[in-house]
Amino acid sequence: MGLLTNRFQDNIIVEKLDKLLSWSRSTSPWFFQFGTACCAIEMMAAAASRHDMMRIGAIPRSSPRQADVMIVAGTVTMKMAIRVKKLYEQMADPKYVIAMGSCATSGGPYWQHGYHVLKGVDIVIPVDVYVPGCPPRPESLIEGMLKLQEQILQERPLTRKMA
Amino acid sequence: MYRDFGTVLLAALVAIVFVCVPLILQWLVAPSNKTAEKLQTYECGEVVEGSAWLQFNVRFYVVALIFLIFDVEVVFLFPWAVVFKDMGMVALVEMGIFLSILIVGLAYVWVKSDLDWIKRTVRYGTGRYQKIAMEQEK
Repeated sequence: MGLLTNRFQDNIIVEKLDKLLSWSRSTSPWFFQFGTACCAIEMMAAAASRHDMMRIGAIPRSSPRQADVMIVAGTVTMKMAIRVKKLYEQMADPKYVIAMGSCATSGGPYWQHGYHVLKGVDIVIPVDVYVPGCPPRPESLIEGMLKLQEQILQERPLTRKMA
Repeated sequence: MYRDFGTVLLAALVAIVFVCVPLILQWLVAPSNKTAEKLQTYECGEVVEGSAWLQFNVRFYVVALIFLIFDVEVVFLFPWAVVFKDMGMVALVEMGIFLSILIVGLAYVWVKSDLDWIKRTVRYGTGRYQKIAMEQEK
């Protein structure tokens, strides 16, 4: 990890710096636009002018190197799961995952007979926020993003973790 | 006069500070978790295969050269178009000479059949190759 991460005991200065860091992280969750299926249309709508996800700091990026959040938007097939895993590994730390739609959360309509569909993307990568819906409306995705921001705000990057 | 150079020095110092401060900050704060998978080349999620140092077909070299000549020609044409009104006829004639030299080059390339991807091997067929040459001309 970095030079100063998880190094300090809890005191007022570290707490304030932690708050500053996690606040700045939470207000710029650049997301990796990873549209695997029809949920991607709703993700595009969420990023476009009517819903305008950029006003909460979420900017779509095309490369995992520049992204903080991976929005897995849609059905993940078995073939794609390998790529999902690889792309997640190639993202820079700290990284978060939003599983968008019922396919990404649980397999969705393919949960019983979809021989080729991964039953939930959390089998291959750790998921922070699940957004239900088939597909979820852009408002739901924005709600998921706000939930993720709340979660990032709780983080203490500099404080030493208790064993 | 020295004060003018002082401004340049100041701008250079500000530029250096602007680059160094974020670099030092990220060195202190950013988590660095380098794994073998992360350090791989990004290939849209595919596994990297082989090296990027490949052998290219030599025919690309000729295409690149021809492209470069006419690319540079355009670079010369833009400043020429700016001063064209002031210089008048002289500019027109000069550019005409320049372009005609380039067009001679293009004609040479054309005759040598470097514009074709697959070169014609039998060109002016005589003797027993005449029939093949005639068929190719069709």
